[in-house]
Amino acid sequence: MGMTVVQKILARASGRGAVAVGAVVEPAVDLAMSHENGALVINQFLEIYEGTGLAPAPWDPSRIAIIFDHRVPAESSKTATNQRKVRAFVAAHGITKFHDIRGDRGGICHQILPENGYVRPGQVVVGTDSHTTSHGALGAFAFGIGATEMASVWALGRAVNIEVPATISVQVHGTLPPMVGPKDLILHLVGEIGAAGATFRVLEFHGDTIRRMPTSGRLTLCNMAVEAGATSGIVPADAETVRYLREEAGVQEAVEPVVADADAPYERVMDVDVSALAPQVACPHTVDNVRPVTSVAGTHVDQIVIGSCTNGRLDDLATAARILRGRKVADGTRMLVFPASGRIYQQALAAGYVADLVQAGAVVMNAGCGPCLGVHEGALGDGEVALSTTNRNFKGRMGNASAEVYLCSPAVAAASAVTGAIADPREGGER
Amino acid sequence: MSASNVVLALGDDVSTDVIYPGRFMATVLPGETPLYAFADHAEFNTRLKAGAVPRGSAIVAGKNFGCGSSREQAVSTLKGHELVIVAEGFGRIFLQNAINLGLRLVEAPGVQASVGDELAIGLVEVVNLTTGKRYPTRPLPAARQAIVDAGGLIPYTRRRLLETAGRR
Repeated sequence: MGMTVVQKILARASGRGAVAVGAVVEPAVDLAMSHENGALVINQFLEIYEGTGLAPAPWDPSRIAIIFDHRVPAESSKTATNQRKVRAFVAAHGITKFHDIRGDRGGICHQILPENGYVRPGQVVVGTDSHTTSHGALGAFAFGIGATEMASVWALGRAVNIEVPATISVQVHGTLPPMVGPKDLILHLVGEIGAAGATFRVLEFHGDTIRRMPTSGRLTLCNMAVEAGATSGIVPADAETVRYLREEAGVQEAVEPVVADADAPYERVMDVDVSALAPQVACPHTVDNVRPVTSVAGTHVDQIVIGSCTNGRLDDLATAARILRGRKVADGTRMLVFPASGRIYQQALAAGYVADLVQAGAVVMNAGCGPCLGVHEGALGDGEVALSTTNRNFKGRMGNASAEVYLCSPAVAAASAVTGAIADPREGGER
Repeated sequence: MSASNVVLALGDDVSTDVIYPGRFMATVLPGETPLYAFADHAEFNTRLKAGAVPRGSAIVAGKNFGCGSSREQAVSTLKGHELVIVAEGFGRIFLQNAINLGLRLVEAPGVQASVGDELAIGLVEVVNLTTGKRYPTRPLPAARQAIVDAGGLIPYTRRRLLETAGRR
């Protein structure tokens, strides 16, 4: 019996020739990522060492990454104090993959890791963030864990008691129509699979659509695999992965893709043809409440958000700028844009996208998570409606339990900004 | 077998944003997070803070309880009140966090209960004493039992560290 990509990665990381689905392994961790919640990880880490007589020291500081993104700049003295505590720990232990609040090399963890070449095919990547699934886009096995589990990883260098997950093969075929992209594909898939349909499973993406998809789109797909309950999403590394790592992430070393065996044991195979896919919208208050944009077109929108680890990359901003160039955000609607990283912000400035967006009336904010998780920057008022390119629309998600959040692609968001209501970007005329 | 009074009955897909809203995430200490449990459910949150919910009380929910974020506060906030969560299923990260921190979760497919019902929670089944219905429970994945037996992930990891240090 052959192995899936994730089986192969876990076998290697556990020092075994092969691992079966359901086997319990303790893989060595290649990269351990945290953000502001690193403050809690530090607490738990120090508690592990209490009474042991051992000096608390992470197993390998070069494999720890800490990126401030959830609350940048700090929205409260409490957050600022947490960030200060993390900085002190980073300095004390020589953690080099640290990205502070900066306009040049700061940004969202799920963009900072790929663009700096921290993630490589075949790695085991853990992060104290559920959207760590994103890094499967580079052929790594990447999944979210809690702060205490991260403290354990910092101490042992291993994730303990991991069950080798079953894999669902998602075969995607056809050419995405104009104004339809990776976000529409993953929203469609989450709607099909359901919010818990892939729990304890991995979504492994294949097919000609995926082979032609740039890494930015693959990051969008894998990012939202968790919204179907999946442990992770993964795109087996290929020529595009190597191109991305060489050209965009500055990786010089050899890249060794890990691919599935022809007789890998998939629990299920899904076939999806995207050639007639319509733009998709996830309606309040679950991500699997997905409908074609036409069925909710005309819904008034108070706030539009473009950004996040799902859709704050350069091609997302380019799409929004192309649609909004020479147009105006409708009165009665506000539009916030959050580039995913300082690097993307600079690229968007150079390409003129920031000017297009600002002249249209959008507010371009600093790189970071923005209002996605309802902490600061762009909270919603009572009864308001948001249309957002982020990844979650749970009740209360954007800071107000009486507000509603719809999720969509950058094209839908930008087209809707012009009309002030949910709009089908295919009807906006050639741009 | 333990008896629990149902203090909250919820549906499917109760997210960590509902259990512990993001705006309180700067609060991380287990001694403080219990203040914000179900903060947007004002009536229940008020009762929790007033100490009007006895320890060992049960929240009953449908599928995918704890879906969403990896925030551990969603577990420590419930652990602080020593609640038991009986649900048809749990989100993966929430389940692992609960095991790591010692929050009691019971997976009982099909479970149905209303606020005020009495549950008898055993190893193999949950009995709703009010309705008389019985629901078999699904055992924890065996791999996780070692962490539960150690009293949580912190003592488990501490022991592993000491074993490693002892071999050097």
